[in-house]
Amino acid sequence: MQALDELIERVEAAIDAVNDERDLEQIRVTYFGKKGEVTALLKGLGQLPNDERRAAGQAINQARDRLQAQLELRRSVLAAAQLDSRIAAETIDVTLPGRRSGQGGLHPHTQTMQRIETIFRNAGYGVATGPEVETEYYNFQALNIPAHHPARAMHDTFYLEGGERLLRTHTSPVQARVMERSEPPIRIICPGKVYRVDSDMTHTPMFHQVEGLVVDRDISFADLKGTVIDFLRVFFEAELAVRFRPSYFPFTEPSAEVDVECVHCRGEGCRVCSQSGWLEVMGCGMVHPRVLEMSGIDAEAYTGFAFGFGVDRLSMLYYSVDDLRLFYENDLRFLAQFR
Amino acid sequence: MKISERWLREWVNPPVTATELVAQLSMAGLEVDSAEPAAPAFKGVVVAAVVTVDPHPDADKLRVCQVDDGLGVHTVVCGAPNVEVGMRVPYARPGAVLPDGTHIGQAKLRGVASAGMLCGADELGLASVRDGLMALPGGLTPGLDLREALELDDTLIEIDLTPNRGDCLGLRGLAREVGVLNDCAVLEPEIKPVPARIDDTFPVTISHPEGCPRYLGRVIRGVDVTGSTPAWMMERLRRCGLRPIDPVVDVTNYVLLELGQPMHAFDLDRLADRIDVRLAQPGEKLTLLDGSELSLRDDTLLITDASGPVAMAGIMGGEFSGISTDPAAATRDIFLECAFFSPLAIAGRARSYGLHTDASHRYERGVDFDLQHMAMERATALLLEIVGGEPGPVTETVDTGSLPTRMAVTLREARLAKLLGMRIPTETVEAMLERLGLPPVATEDSDAGRSWQVQAPSWRFDIEREADLIEEVARIYGYDNIEVTLPASRMQLEPTLVRQTDADLFRAQLAASGQQEILSYSFVEPRLNDLFEPGIQAASLANPISSDLAAMRTSLWPGLVKTWISNRNRQQSRARLFEIGRTFALDAEGAVTERGWIGGLLAGSREPESWNQPALEVDFYDARGVVESLLALTRALNVWQFRAEKHPGLHPGQSAAVYRCGEGGDVLAGWVGRMHPEVQAELDLPRPVYLFALALDVLEAREVPVHRGFSRFPSMRRDIAIELDANVSGAAVIDCARQAAGEHLVDLCLFDVYAGDRLGPERRSIALGVTLQHPDRTLEDGEVTTRVDAIVAALESQLGAIRR
Repeated sequence: MQALDELIERVEAAIDAVNDERDLEQIRVTYFGKKGEVTALLKGLGQLPNDERRAAGQAINQARDRLQAQLELRRSVLAAAQLDSRIAAETIDVTLPGRRSGQGGLHPHTQTMQRIETIFRNAGYGVATGPEVETEYYNFQALNIPAHHPARAMHDTFYLEGGERLLRTHTSPVQARVMERSEPPIRIICPGKVYRVDSDMTHTPMFHQVEGLVVDRDISFADLKGTVIDFLRVFFEAELAVRFRPSYFPFTEPSAEVDVECVHCRGEGCRVCSQSGWLEVMGCGMVHPRVLEMSGIDAEAYTGFAFGFGVDRLSMLYYSVDDLRLFYENDLRFLAQFR
Repeated sequence: MKISERWLREWVNPPVTATELVAQLSMAGLEVDSAEPAAPAFKGVVVAAVVTVDPHPDADKLRVCQVDDGLGVHTVVCGAPNVEVGMRVPYARPGAVLPDGTHIGQAKLRGVASAGMLCGADELGLASVRDGLMALPGGLTPGLDLREALELDDTLIEIDLTPNRGDCLGLRGLAREVGVLNDCAVLEPEIKPVPARIDDTFPVTISHPEGCPRYLGRVIRGVDVTGSTPAWMMERLRRCGLRPIDPVVDVTNYVLLELGQPMHAFDLDRLADRIDVRLAQPGEKLTLLDGSELSLRDDTLLITDASGPVAMAGIMGGEFSGISTDPAAATRDIFLECAFFSPLAIAGRARSYGLHTDASHRYERGVDFDLQHMAMERATALLLEIVGGEPGPVTETVDTGSLPTRMAVTLREARLAKLLGMRIPTETVEAMLERLGLPPVATEDSDAGRSWQVQAPSWRFDIEREADLIEEVARIYGYDNIEVTLPASRMQLEPTLVRQTDADLFRAQLAASGQQEILSYSFVEPRLNDLFEPGIQAASLANPISSDLAAMRTSLWPGLVKTWISNRNRQQSRARLFEIGRTFALDAEGAVTERGWIGGLLAGSREPESWNQPALEVDFYDARGVVESLLALTRALNVWQFRAEKHPGLHPGQSAAVYRCGEGGDVLAGWVGRMHPEVQAELDLPRPVYLFALALDVLEAREVPVHRGFSRFPSMRRDIAIELDANVSGAAVIDCARQAAGEHLVDLCLFDVYAGDRLGPERRSIALGVTLQHPDRTLEDGEVTTRVDAIVAALESQLGAIRR
C-alpha cells in the first residue's frame, strides 16, 4: 500500500498549501471527484485478490474519510479568514457624524401653549379663539369697563387709525363672544396674542395670554381655587404653595391675583421673585353678574369663573429665561435651545 | 399711594409688626409694592446743641466745637463749613454705629481729640448728596435720640391700589381698612369746626350740578404765605412722596393725604366777582399751574369766575389764580375750595389732556361725598396755625339730588355660600359687614333663608350689588380660608377634528422637515408690507410704539425676512424658518380681515455643513418640497396645482401660485418662490431667499382615508424619454401622460430633466417612469407596450415631443 501512503501524503500537503476556497474545491475534485485519485483507488479494489480486498478497502476508506474531514476543516478555516478580511475591508469610522437634515423646532411659547392646551383639553375644556383686532365693545364694554373707567388706564391700548378698532389688550373679549353665542355649560380656554403699548425690560408690545372660562350651575370660588391650584401643580410639575390675593378686575367679582411659590427658590427668596418667595402668575375671579347678563346668560341660574395668565411669564419661569424680549428677537441661538 | 407707617399708627395701632401689617394689606387686596425703612439702621446718634465754634490750630478747614448732648459738653472736631453756634445737629457719640457700618470712637484730628462726630444728612443715609452738617429743627432738646427726634423708625409703605378702592387714597380710609382687618378701633383725630371771625364770603353758583353736586368755599383774609411749612408737616409730605411747595399748598396736600379730600386754594384778589362751576365751551383756554396752556373740550368741568376759567375742576388749578409766595406780590387773602366732583365728570378727562394729578386720581375713583365739611375745617385749622389769617364762614352750595345715592344692597346667605362654595358662619358674616361700615339688617324668609340689607357708606363707590358684598365678605374672611374644590363636571363627549387640519399638525411637519418656528410682532415697518404686498391696504396703528412697528402686517414674510436678516448679522449662514400667525388687511369699507397663514423662509445651504453631504444652496424645489409636505397632510390627492404665476414679492421666473382645485372652482392657497431680485437688493441681501405662504383656511379641509384596495399582481414599469420645447411645463407633460396612460396607471414619476448644449437652449429632455398594473391579472407585455406607445403618441401630438 505504498501508493496509498504516498497519496495521503500528497493530499495532506495540498490541503495544507491551499489558501483559497476555490483551490480547495479543485483539490476535492482532483482527489475525491468521480475521476479523482482516491475514487480511482476505490474503484481499483475490485482488481485485488479477495483476501487483500477487505483490508485495502478499509484502509482506503479510512484515509478518504480522514482526508475529507481535513479538507472540510481547511474549508471552514479559509471561510472564516475570508469573512474576517471582508469585514476588515468594510470597516468604517462610526464615530463620524451621521447624515441628517438640519433640525427644526417649535418656539418655546408654542410649546408652552400646547402644554397648557393639553392640560385643559384633558379636563374637558374646549379651545376658543377670537379676533386680534377688536372693538371697544368686546374689549371693554362687554367686560364691564365703560369708557373713562379708571381701569382703562391699566390697559395701554393700541388703536387703529381712524376708528373704534383696537388691538385687544387681553384675551378676555373671547369670553364675551363665546358666552354670547353659547349656552352653559361652558368650559373653554382662549389662547392668543394680545397687545399693549409698552416696551421695556419686562414688557413687549405683543405677548400671549390664555384665558379660561367655566360657566355652569353651582360653579363656585372654591372650584376656581381648586382649578387654578391644580393647573399650576400640573404645569410646573411640582407641589407648589399657591395663594389668592383679593384684587380688582371689572369683569370678575370676587377677583383675585394668584401668587405661586417661587419655582426657583421654593419660597426662600431669590432674584426671580424679588426676594418675596412668591411669583404673581395670574388674575382670576367669579364672572361678574353684569358680564353674564350682557352676554345673555341668566346670572341667577348660572355662575362662572374666569382666569387669565401670560404665556410669556409661564414660559420664562418654566424654561428659566431671564429676559422677556428674547422670545420675540427670534435669535436662532435662543430658539435652538428649545428643540 | 405711599404712606408712613407711624402716621397710620396714629390713626389705628393694631398689635402687629410692620411686616405683618404689610402682609395683611396685600392679602386684603391693597397690594403693597414696597415697604422700606424711612432711614437706614444707625445707633448712638443724638441731638446736640453747638455751644462754641473755634478754629482748629493746625487745619484751616476744620473747627473745634463744643457741643452739649444733654449729658455734658464735649469737644468735637468738625469739617463742615456751615457749623454755627446754637445750631442743633446730629451728634454721633463715641460708640455710635453709622449706616455704612462705621463705628465712632474717640479720635485725634490733627492733634485735637474729638469725642465722636457731628453728622451730615448723607452720613446718616437721609440724603444722597453731601450738604454740610445736617441742621435740625431748633426746638429739639439736646440728648434726644435722633431716631426718636425725627421719628426715623418708620416704614414707608407704597400701596398699589386697584381702581375700585378710591376710599383708601387717604390715611383715614386706610386706617379704616386696617381697623376692619384687625378688628380694632380707629382713632380719628378730633376735628372741630373753626368759627368764623369775619363775615366775608365769596359767591358760588353751580351751573353743572351733575358734575359738581357739592361745593364748599371759605375766605381767609390776612394770611402770611411767605413763611415756611413746619418741619414735621414737610417730613410727612416727603415720606408720602409729595414735594413741599408753599405753606398753603402743603396744607391742602396734607389734608389730601390725611383724609383723601383734594382741595384747592385761590388767591382771592385774583378771582373776579364770583365762582361758577360749569362745563367748558369748546376752545376755551386755560393756563394751568404747571404752565401748560390748554384748549378745552366741552366735556371738561371748570371752575370759572367772571373773567373765565380759573381751574380745571378736580384736576388742576389755573396759573393766574393760584397762591403767590413772591414777596412782592404775596397772596394776602385766600379762597379755599373743597368740593365733591362726580367721578363720571372727572373720569378720563385728565388723561385726555395728558394730565394725571393727585386730585384727578382721587376724584375719578370717587371721594367720600360726606367728607367736605370735615376737610374744610381741618384745612382751616392747619392754615390758621401755619399762615395765620381770619377765617370767614364756610359756604356750601349743594344739589342734594345730584349727590350719589347710598345704594341699598341685599346679600342672601344662600347665594354667598353658593358663590364661595362654602358656608361662613352667620355671626362671622354679620360682624365683618358691621366692621366694614355696612351694618346689616337681617331678614328671614322661610323659602329663601336669611338675607341682609346694607347701605353702602358714602366713601365706597364699589358697592352696588350683591356680588360686591360677596367680594367684601370673601376678602375680609380671607381668600386663603376659602375651601378648595373642583368643578363638578357634566361629562360630554366632544367631536374630534379628523376632517380638519390644525396649526399644530403643520407645525409638527414643519419642525420635522427642518424648519424653525419663530414668533414675530404683528406690526411691521410699513415699507416691508409694501415690498411684499403692495396691493393690500394695511391697517395702521394710531399710536405705534415706533415707526418701524407702525402697520399691521399684510404678510408673514416681513417678519420672517427681518428675522433672517438679524440672524445673518449674528453670523448665521443658513436659516429655515416658519411662522404661523395672522395677517390683517383693510378693505374698501374699512373693515379689517384677519387671516391665518403658514409662512416660511429658506436661505443658505440646503443642509448644515457636513463631511458627507455636498454643500448645496437651497433652491425653489426645496421650498416647494416643504409646501408639498404640508399639502399632503390634507390627504386631498390631485387637488393641488402649482402654476407659474407672478407675485410682486417673488422672482417672476421662480414663483408658483398654489391652488386647491375642486368642484367649487380653484381657490388660491398661497405662494412659493424666490424673493424678487429687486426686493432682495432693497433689503441688501447678497444671496437668494426662498419664501412660501399658505392660507390655513384653504388647507383646513382634510379627508378621512378610505381604503381602496391594491392589486396583488405584478406591476410593470417602462421608462419613456422625450425631447421637447423647453417652454412646455413639467406639469403639462405629467398631465398629458397621465391622461393617455389609461386606467391601469398606478405611478407616474418624472425622474429626469436634462437641458444642455447638445439640445440647444430652447429644448430639453424629460424622462418619465410609467408603472402599470392590472387589478385582477398580470398585464401582458404587449398591452404595456401599446399603452406606452399611446402615451408617447399623446406627448408627440399634444406637446410636440420627440421620443428619444
